[in-house]
Amino acid sequence: MHYNWNWGVFFQELPGGGEEYWQLILWGVGWTLAVSACAWVIALVLGSVIGTIRTTDTPWMVRFGNAWVEIFRNIPLLVQMFLWYFVIPEFIPPLKSWIVHTAPANAQFVSAVLCLGLFTSARIAEQVRAGIQSLPRGQRFAGMAIGLTTPQVYRFVLLPMGFRIIIPPLTSETMNLIKNSSVALTIGLAELTFRARELGEYTFNFFEAFTAATIIYIVIAMTANRVMAVVERRTAVPGYIAGGK
Amino acid sequence: MHLDFGVVSSALPFLWKGFLYTVQLTAIAALGGLFFGTLLAMARLASKKWLALPAAAYVNLMRSIPLVLVIFWFFFLMPLVFQAITGAERPVQIGAERTAIITFIMFEAAYFCEIMRAGIQSIPKGQVNSAYALGLTYGQAMRLVILPQAFRNMIPVLLTQTIILFQDTSLVYVISATDFVGAASKIAQRDGRLVEMYLFVAAVYFVLCYTLSYLVKRLQRKIAVIR
Repeated sequence: MHYNWNWGVFFQELPGGGEEYWQLILWGVGWTLAVSACAWVIALVLGSVIGTIRTTDTPWMVRFGNAWVEIFRNIPLLVQMFLWYFVIPEFIPPLKSWIVHTAPANAQFVSAVLCLGLFTSARIAEQVRAGIQSLPRGQRFAGMAIGLTTPQVYRFVLLPMGFRIIIPPLTSETMNLIKNSSVALTIGLAELTFRARELGEYTFNFFEAFTAATIIYIVIAMTANRVMAVVERRTAVPGYIAGGK
Repeated sequence: MHLDFGVVSSALPFLWKGFLYTVQLTAIAALGGLFFGTLLAMARLASKKWLALPAAAYVNLMRSIPLVLVIFWFFFLMPLVFQAITGAERPVQIGAERTAIITFIMFEAAYFCEIMRAGIQSIPKGQVNSAYALGLTYGQAMRLVILPQAFRNMIPVLLTQTIILFQDTSLVYVISATDFVGAASKIAQRDGRLVEMYLFVAAVYFVLCYTLSYLVKRLQRKIAVIR
């Protein structure tokens, strides 16, 4: 194959001058991490709440939780991204006027965070529900028998156990979230993949740009994986296979 | 806010063409991905290191980078690959639609590989041993004994992955292929009716995916009873 590699491209100056291309990529990494981190917080909070109420015995709560999960799971992420950026503001006039007046990057960032946060919350809700339901029924009964109220049973008995069991699937959801954040380029957010493509389009060094992005994604994924592995070890439940003795 | 869904009904023939491409892409990518995924799974489980290691590296690489980036990679790589194969003088352009088909086969192979690997590993060892005891070769044992069972056990997971694939194919939008979303967004931008178009697209995807996953769940219960 005929391709002239030119790794020096990262140290060329941008057409506008001032910055070099590696800085462009670095800014992209920053946006990727910022979007992922904010969305992850939303996803974890909402996902825990939705997942928890799906295990209660109040029918309307369970139905609400199920509807939540089905809606966010059965529409492609790209379409959800368009809904958050193009459609929903049209129905909320104050939001619309904010988007018109603020810098485009702000609107893109907020839309992407909400979209990814809610999309991931449905997946986390599914994990949280599975985690709570995997606990022996006796745990709930024992909690009630010693006089705890339902919120207390969840707070002190079910959730501390449930969360520790689902850390491995939560790890893969975290990695999925980081990967999914690249879909935000479709609404113009200048994250890592966006910047890599931009570098390619400016300089025609597409493969250098994509190689750099690929390596950075792998490094981010491996870092997230290691961090979660530490959390997993620290919180392992004694007596379970994963927890050693 | 005034909604006018007339724009959707007048664009239905164009949308239908895009939708057919989406279905076609999903079907080809699922079948191709299953075929190559099964080969990859066999390679990953092989005792020969030179087979297992590259297969594992490929699968892990595909699974650790975003699909959007994979699509870009193939979009710019394919012309050079075809140039090298055909010996043409210039890079061979094959168009976004055909690029997308190759990309999704290669990408899904990694995910189907992991499903088939789990399926193969779920077969009791006695099955393998008895196949060899009957004098079957490795190929025969795989083809006649192990893979049919692994495939059957994994049908619900494979179908679920195909529903995810059906949703993921919408990302060919980034290379301007005219799939269902691509068609809708082209009309939406031409007529300036993004709200109606994207609401319609979301509704169609929701109804289809919800129904399909419900059917998969029912199938899963049915299979579980037989076993």
